[in-house]
Amino acid sequence: MDLTVIWAGIIGFAIIAYVVMDGFDLGIGILFPFFKAGKDRDTAMNSIAPVWDGNETWLVMGVGGLLAAFPLAYAIILPALYAPMIAMLLGLVFRGVAFEFRWRDPDHRELWDRAFTTGSFIATFAQGVALGALLQGITVEGRAYAGGWWEWLSLFSILTGFGLVIGYALLGACWLNWKTEGSLQRQAVTYAGRLGISLLVMIGAISLATLTLEPQYHMRWLSFPGVLATALVPIATIAVTYFFYRCLRQTKDAQPFFWALALFGLCLLGLGISIWPNVIPARVTIWEAAAPYRSQVFMLIGASIMVPIIVAYTAWSYWVFRGKVGHDGYH
Amino acid sequence: MIEQEWAIILARMQFAFTVSFHFLFPAFSIGLASFLAVLEGLWLKTGKGVYANLYRYWLKIFAVVFAMGVVSGIVMSYQFGTNWSVFSDKAGPVIGPLMAYEVLTAFFLEAGFLGVMLFGINKVGRKLHFVATLAVAVGTFISAFWILSVNSWMQTPVGYEIAANGQFVPGDSWLTIIFNPSFPYRLIHTLLAAYLTTAFAVGGVGAWHLLKDKANPGARKMFSMAMWMAAIVAPLQVVAGDFHGINTLEHQPAKVMAMEGHYQSHPDGAPLILFGVPNSKDRTVDYAIEIPKLSSLILKHDLNAPLDGLDTIPDANEPPVGIVFWSFRIMVGLGMAMVGIGLWSLAARARKKLYDWPWLHRAALAMGPSGFIAVLAGWVTTEVGRQPFTIYGVLRTVDSASPLDAPAVAFSLLAFVVVYFAVFGMGIWYLLRLMKKPPEAHEAPPSDAPIRSAGITPAPQVLSGDGVPGDARSGEIV
Repeated sequence: MDLTVIWAGIIGFAIIAYVVMDGFDLGIGILFPFFKAGKDRDTAMNSIAPVWDGNETWLVMGVGGLLAAFPLAYAIILPALYAPMIAMLLGLVFRGVAFEFRWRDPDHRELWDRAFTTGSFIATFAQGVALGALLQGITVEGRAYAGGWWEWLSLFSILTGFGLVIGYALLGACWLNWKTEGSLQRQAVTYAGRLGISLLVMIGAISLATLTLEPQYHMRWLSFPGVLATALVPIATIAVTYFFYRCLRQTKDAQPFFWALALFGLCLLGLGISIWPNVIPARVTIWEAAAPYRSQVFMLIGASIMVPIIVAYTAWSYWVFRGKVGHDGYH
Repeated sequence: MIEQEWAIILARMQFAFTVSFHFLFPAFSIGLASFLAVLEGLWLKTGKGVYANLYRYWLKIFAVVFAMGVVSGIVMSYQFGTNWSVFSDKAGPVIGPLMAYEVLTAFFLEAGFLGVMLFGINKVGRKLHFVATLAVAVGTFISAFWILSVNSWMQTPVGYEIAANGQFVPGDSWLTIIFNPSFPYRLIHTLLAAYLTTAFAVGGVGAWHLLKDKANPGARKMFSMAMWMAAIVAPLQVVAGDFHGINTLEHQPAKVMAMEGHYQSHPDGAPLILFGVPNSKDRTVDYAIEIPKLSSLILKHDLNAPLDGLDTIPDANEPPVGIVFWSFRIMVGLGMAMVGIGLWSLAARARKKLYDWPWLHRAALAMGPSGFIAVLAGWVTTEVGRQPFTIYGVLRTVDSASPLDAPAVAFSLLAFVVVYFAVFGMGIWYLLRLMKKPPEAHEAPPSDAPIRSAGITPAPQVLSGDGVPGDARSGEIV
């Protein structure tokens, strides 16, 4: 297998890791105003306070890896998605500082709680919009983006924006079902139930809309005999949704979270099926955008040593803060 | 074309603004993380409560600084692409891997252990907690290593080839790229600057509390530790800065000419211009106060050594003289003042009056923010001095920017300015509020956040906000 494919795999891994880990803490930010001020909000916040920073680092890994492994893609995608990217960054500023500031300033805690929610919502929505804008195609000329600064905006990208908001909110609700108790947990379960259906509807709508965007997507999914394989994805989606609801009804703590993640996994798999082997859908392949061999090898050495170590100590840090978080902290 | 020029000017303003704001935080957290590691180490070794109290006191401040550093830092990792996409495409194969190494070896390490450092002592025990503190401190150092390697490569690019598609691609050896000619000097100069920044911030806080109560043991300890750092590190920094300057003269002479205000060549010994007003139109420094031949002595270690001036540099390659000239003087002036404070503190210490000289404390208080100003001035000197290039001598700034419409850049710049001043302004105010509070004998945990006092503080107390969070286990740090 050539290094470019391996690097596409590593970037894909970083994106999955990001969605798995930062999705739920952004989701908690989105759901935050629905929780009672005081005990419930503090508990929700505390369930993610020790890990959010590490979670967000995967976002830096994704974009840093893109620059290193596929510099051309980085150089085209970021100007093309200029407005959503800036919005995401500013959203992350608000929500990131809110973790500290809300404790530092009890008089303005309400304000920082709002900043936490607004920032989380904007960052998530912007990520969804960016994904939609990428899927619908961006104008490329030579080695540069050649569209205007509003090209990202479309009904489709707004749909993907809301889709991701619902998706992350679902992960957040499932996380709270896992990590909290009492009325907050019951509230989270209720939300998870509603959000699961909403997400399924969104996945359906976005999937159908995607088929109309580029001939390649259509071919990939519907041409025979490939359709025999690709049809497994929607079937699996329905199966996963069934298991998700079954666990939720059986009041399991952790399992619904992992079924929700599986739903995200299927979406990312579908995304991969649609765009492979392009890094900019229908425009630039991973090989066209790839960094030279020497850059790939040098980074691969670092990544093969460091990623397992990172996964290990990240797992350790989650293990340290395992179990239910009460309103007086983890116990 | 005019609009394109505006877009580039706005993009430069945006980068200068976001990176300057960002750097304030790591400049502090690099030093603070090491300071915390020393405090916790001393506490583990001696068991003295004053170290544990100081650790808790500064950990609260560190948490706020670190959060601001993280969120402003994420912005930087996207700025290269959003605003400097041509640069990113061309330089990505060389600088991209170095930045990826920064993420892999530093960012994850800091972020992964920060949670344990802030919240985990009751869960992992003292020794493992100390390991977490060390991991964060080492992470800040590793981060500085990689990003300064990237910056230095942009200043003194070596070890690359130009590919057919116009990209800079790595040559045979990554070590040549990583340890490019200006890197060791810049790394040491910047790390010492971060330590000095922290030392003077800590010293300023200590001085403030000594002025109010010179018996406060926490204030005495932090002031004494900060003044040792000032006395030892400030002179080292002068030496490191001199080496860095000589290295710059070798590789980026135009930058040094601008720093010195040398429009003209001096074939037999160049003067050191202490002050003056650079006049780029007439190519002279007005109202100059100068010491003959001293510049040659400093840069060449020879009074009569000839020094070229900007007259030897094509106009198109000349950096803006006024900014570089002034920022350099601000940095050096503050550096000298730091050395002065260090010496003054030694004199006071020798007479056993370190805690008794209010004028020393007032001076140290006034110098509290000096490190931040000096660090920014230093970065302005080196970055503006690199102009008009992004990669010195080979890629021009005007050829590096993204193909963006000027209004898009203007709006984002405005958004950054508003958000940064509002959010980080509040953050800095919170920091000052934390610093205003004297260190107490039973310093509270890093915040009233329930989680951080897991198992110690009764929840209702915390929630009502009027509890005295716990020293039920006063031996514990958190």
